[in-house]
Amino acid sequence: MTSELDIFVGNTTLIDEDVYRLWLDGYSGLWGTVCGCRFGGAVVLDGRAGRARMSDAVALRVRSGILEQTGATAAVLQSDTMDHYRTFQMLERLLHAPPKLLHQLIFQIPPSRQALLIERYYAFDEAFVREVLGKKLSKGTKKDLDDISTKTGITLKSCRRQFDNFKRVFKVVEEMRGSLVDNIQQHFLLSDRLARDYAAIVFFANNRFETGKKKLQYLSFGDFAFCAELMIQNWTLGAVGEAPTDPDPQADDMDMDLDKEFLQDLKELKVLVADKDLLDLHKSLVCTALRGKLGVFSEMEANFKNLSRGLVNVAAKLTHNKDVRDLFVDLVEKFVEPCRSDHWPLNDVRLFLNQYSASVHSLDGFRHQALWDRYMGTLRGCLLRLCHD
Amino acid sequence: MPGKLKVKIVAGRHLPVMDRASDLTDAFVEVKFGNTTFKTDVYLKSLNPQWNSEWFKFEVDDEDLQDEPLQITVLDHDTYSANDAIGKVYIDIDPLLYSEAATVISGWFPIYDTIHGIRGEINVVVKVDLFNDLNRFRQSSCGVKFFCTTSIPKCYRAVIIHGFVEELVVNEDPEYQWIDRIRTPRASNEARQRLISLMSGELQRKIGLKVLEMRGNAVVGYLQCFDLEGESGLVVRAIGTACTLDKLSSPAAFLPACNSPSKEMKEIPFNEDPNPNTHSSGPSTPLKNQTYSFSPSKSYSRQSSSSDTDLSLTPKTGMGSGSAGKEGGPFKALLRQQTQSALEQREFPFFTLTAFPPGFLVHVGGVVSARSVKLLDRIHNPDEPETRDAWWAEIRQEIKSHAKALGCHAVVGYSESTSICEEVCILSASGTAAVLNPRFLQDGTVEGCLEQRLEENLPAGCGFCHIPYDELNMPFPAHLTYCYNCRKQKVPDVLFTTIDLPMDAAVIGKGCLIQARLCRLKKKAQAEANATAISNLLPFMEYEVHTQLMNKLKLKGMNALFGLRIQISVGENMLMGLASATGVYLAALPTPGGIQIAGKTPNDGSYEQHISHMQKKINDTIAKNKELYEINPPEISEEIIGSPIPEPRQRSRLLRSQSESSDEVTELDLSHGKKDAFVLEIDDTDAMEDVHSLLTDVPPPSGFYSCNTEIMPGINNWTSEIQMFTSVRVIRLSSLNLTNQALNKNFNDLCENLLKSLYFKLRSMIPCCLCHVNFTVSLPEDELIQVTVTAVAITFDKNQALQTTKTHAEKSLQRASTDNEELLQFPLELCSDALPSHPFPPAKEHLESASSNSGIPAAQRDRCSSWIELIKLKAQTIRRGSIKTTVTVEKASPVGEGNFRNRSSPPCANSTVGVVKMTPLSFIPGAKITKYLGIINMFFIRETTSLREEGGVSGFLHAFIAEVFAMVRAHVAALGGNAVVSYIMKQCVFMENPNKNQAQCLINVSGDAVVFVRESELEVVSTQQPAANCQPSCTGGEVTT
Repeated sequence: MTSELDIFVGNTTLIDEDVYRLWLDGYSGLWGTVCGCRFGGAVVLDGRAGRARMSDAVALRVRSGILEQTGATAAVLQSDTMDHYRTFQMLERLLHAPPKLLHQLIFQIPPSRQALLIERYYAFDEAFVREVLGKKLSKGTKKDLDDISTKTGITLKSCRRQFDNFKRVFKVVEEMRGSLVDNIQQHFLLSDRLARDYAAIVFFANNRFETGKKKLQYLSFGDFAFCAELMIQNWTLGAVGEAPTDPDPQADDMDMDLDKEFLQDLKELKVLVADKDLLDLHKSLVCTALRGKLGVFSEMEANFKNLSRGLVNVAAKLTHNKDVRDLFVDLVEKFVEPCRSDHWPLNDVRLFLNQYSASVHSLDGFRHQALWDRYMGTLRGCLLRLCHD
Repeated sequence: MPGKLKVKIVAGRHLPVMDRASDLTDAFVEVKFGNTTFKTDVYLKSLNPQWNSEWFKFEVDDEDLQDEPLQITVLDHDTYSANDAIGKVYIDIDPLLYSEAATVISGWFPIYDTIHGIRGEINVVVKVDLFNDLNRFRQSSCGVKFFCTTSIPKCYRAVIIHGFVEELVVNEDPEYQWIDRIRTPRASNEARQRLISLMSGELQRKIGLKVLEMRGNAVVGYLQCFDLEGESGLVVRAIGTACTLDKLSSPAAFLPACNSPSKEMKEIPFNEDPNPNTHSSGPSTPLKNQTYSFSPSKSYSRQSSSSDTDLSLTPKTGMGSGSAGKEGGPFKALLRQQTQSALEQREFPFFTLTAFPPGFLVHVGGVVSARSVKLLDRIHNPDEPETRDAWWAEIRQEIKSHAKALGCHAVVGYSESTSICEEVCILSASGTAAVLNPRFLQDGTVEGCLEQRLEENLPAGCGFCHIPYDELNMPFPAHLTYCYNCRKQKVPDVLFTTIDLPMDAAVIGKGCLIQARLCRLKKKAQAEANATAISNLLPFMEYEVHTQLMNKLKLKGMNALFGLRIQISVGENMLMGLASATGVYLAALPTPGGIQIAGKTPNDGSYEQHISHMQKKINDTIAKNKELYEINPPEISEEIIGSPIPEPRQRSRLLRSQSESSDEVTELDLSHGKKDAFVLEIDDTDAMEDVHSLLTDVPPPSGFYSCNTEIMPGINNWTSEIQMFTSVRVIRLSSLNLTNQALNKNFNDLCENLLKSLYFKLRSMIPCCLCHVNFTVSLPEDELIQVTVTAVAITFDKNQALQTTKTHAEKSLQRASTDNEELLQFPLELCSDALPSHPFPPAKEHLESASSNSGIPAAQRDRCSSWIELIKLKAQTIRRGSIKTTVTVEKASPVGEGNFRNRSSPPCANSTVGVVKMTPLSFIPGAKITKYLGIINMFFIRETTSLREEGGVSGFLHAFIAEVFAMVRAHVAALGGNAVVSYIMKQCVFMENPNKNQAQCLINVSGDAVVFVRESELEVVSTQQPAANCQPSCTGGEVTT
């Protein structure tokens, strides 16, 4: 006796959260090799032996102890899993454009469940996002997913879904005006937190920030997302606030691209390290203010010029795309690593950075106060976040 | 020119990309009705076109309005080549044709293509302006309401239940016409869909005409089926019960017309004839006069809505039928004669209803069924479908005679079905023989006195169990005892019926789904030989199905089956039998004995041991089941009953016969004669298997109950969460082990596994009950078995306070009744008060108060209040020692009025499209149905030539069924409804050809579109404007799973 066809369709679509997770995680609903089907084909249950040949997903469910809890058999579990998998595969098309899921008539799903489906579908693995963050979301990267899958232990299927999600969101919001987070939320109906994460991913992908270097490995996605948010708020065209009145269609992707003019202007900051008097004055201002307050005062004093040179040079180099990409590498090399080697406590870093940026206002010869604030305000936040083990 | 149909195409959305180059579509719409076609403008380059068309107006006959569907085709404009069709929407405009239903159809409809499935949606508005037509020879029957519900719809009251209506139309199947060889599958599918839609419309119109002729205004329990006879054609047939219904919410219709006369009439005969027993001496003459005195009542029949004045109600004289003479009780005879006279006028006294107004069902005889094997031949003249008509007439005649043999003059819970394989067709009909109260069958106001006596003599809760046939002249050997409830009348030891459990039946414990499953191999044969082989097998199948049912019933410790449905399907090389029913323990019937096993070779020691082991297992199972279903009948000692404890003997309540094409009728006695039938003899391995299979049925996991009737006996605290589902399984049998035994095991496993899967899938709803579990089995090909299940899972509250107080009250009542047994005149009536709709002396009044409550089991408050009210009234009457109608009429009316005030909430007019519930039941737990919007009857074909790419057979059918649900929901929403009740999937024909990567499926579904309002919102609704309340009622009822 073989089961040719086995389906269950409810007027309200049944969604099993656990099975959904397995599906999202890319575990196969079929035993053996997956043929080129859009959905899984028929499942053959070995009826005579009384037990089913189990797929990965079913095996995992069995391991969760569900059979003992419910008294079901493996065959029942297999059939249930296949039903859910088919449903998810049919829903996937709609999940690619979540507003469609809300308006479609085929599946009657309560709103809370719809939200759950969308949120989970667009959720991503930390390990995976760290691998592709800042990379171009192109076919080339997609080919590397095999390696990422091997490296992270995340199934290739799941990697593909996550990658395609990134790419899809990127494509949709790429050409849009207005707030990046709002656009993402509106077109993908994600929660605020997830939309912010996607904004960071899109921002990184667009600016191709290097995040994969070995010395950056200690940073989490959260660290980068935090920096991305600050940069979007302060360093992009949208951040200037003049864009909504700007009829220039070129200013379309406001939140995604860094403000070119601003980057160009950053060269002006070079004077802070190039002009020796200015550098000395700056140092003395900082040292005076921090004397006795810093545990690592002497190290700071000794390193001030190096640190300052590092920070200002990073700014001055940002005119080149290549250097923009290396922003985080540079920041870690020029600032985080020196601090770490001298064992600066985080509080000292904070005090130093505050004083370092504030003291510039007292430099009479320096005319680019606003520019400095726009640069240092964001950078200070980023550096503080990057300073950890 | 009695009708103007107006259609407006508003917009489309989510259209498929038809132009690969631009990734867009240039869509336009064709609107077709009859032979007239309109077109919208082309909306260039958009997947969400906004046509906002003018109103397309069609001026048409109402005959066409009833027959034709509105056909909307969405196309992609192509300048150089032919326009590509995107898909179609068929809209049945019938609901717009009766005044009380929907006034406008407006909403988003899925655009459906038979090859690609749903491709986007289209927003359409449809209206109909009907002109009054006084032509008495008209062919249309606009205005006759149709209901799939097999009981009186919730917001209506039955004034008269006229009886059986049937019709069938035949045509050639487009799939088998020569043209099919040259046209595309799409064109062929669409031709078929359109033809069936047309035929359904025509059928409905013809049935409507018959109803008008009978002076009814509605068809209840409307069941339409189509038979795909292949080469020989396509038959669409329908049966139903014609009724005259009154809408309850309109206060004008409720009081004056029908009630006041009956009240008056009631008094007169009562006074004239205080002693009912005087009739016993000469039953015929006075009664005849009474029954035929039509003239006074005629003036009250204000139902004459149509212009036809034919006197179809004029009684025929000379009610012959000798069966009345041999009846035992004179009263029974009286009643029977009266009923008979009412039924005599009808060719077939059949009712498709399965639940009845209180007091309607007097006695139940048992299940009657008939089958006949026919050879299909080409239908030569579609306009004269005489052969098919004759076939069915023959079967119905047989059913009628079976009912007569059971001392009954009517058949209730009647249904018909077919199973076709190649050129062989099995026609089946079954129902429950019953004796009915004539009150509802005509404008019968004269029956007042009889009615009164009836209520006196027949305590509720057991009355329907009392045998209708003559004790001394039983149609089959049965063992009778005095009723365990009233101890006055005789009852059988087991009762099988096809109807729902009556609301007032006294039941102990809970019920459960009982199934008998059976396969029989047959040799492949052609034509006549094949038909003969099948007819030879049928009696054995019936016998075995029946034995299985009986054994399983005993195993459950129960004594009655409701909702029995036996399906026999024919395939190339086998026959399958599947019987489903809900077992219950009726308090009125004797406790069933156990099952005993006996071996044939008593000398063998190990064998003995084995037998005793089995016996122990069986006994344990019975004990376990009794505990599981809470069957604890009160211990009644023999002396009190005054009759011997029934001997454990099995008897058949089934009367049936098979007839072959040769019209040869063979009666089959299914009783086991003198043999002690509870004893299962294990004389060979087959019998061993049977016993084993008895024990393999696993009970549902705790927290689950299942039944195939509307409501589960013993559970009434439903919560509002419902989940309707369809599950389909097809298994392929390996041809090597094709023995009857292996087949049986496979089939049994298939059904059991399917049930197990359902329990697993719905585990989040525990505690819950699967209601209206409807299994259908078919044999689409050699070695393939297909089982389709549709049911609804309803959650219930395990520890609801009301429930406990109620049972508490019940218990104390019971105690009181036993204490005062000698003092009280009607002790057992009190006992049976457990169920709220207890027929109470002033039956008319009671009918109203009960019908307002009975249909909505979750209406806890209503129930309780009316129940308490009844107790109070009861107490009052008991104190007086006699029943006086006048007192109770006054007392009862405020209850009724109160309920009507509640119900008079106007229905929602323009509800937004929200959640649409679907259920095979006639009610929605925790909600009140405020309006019936019309019948939904849809037929879809889906075909694919890329089966693998669509996910194989499972992916293909899964998607299709989901689409069917979506289309039903969309149509209901467009009518302004928020639920479909009495939903059934009547057909799901699946064919595959994996080698060619092809599959095709046909699905036919139907149901009643309704508007419901949550009970919790009801109070708000009744005091406020209707529009304000639409929102919560539509959005509030979501099912979370």
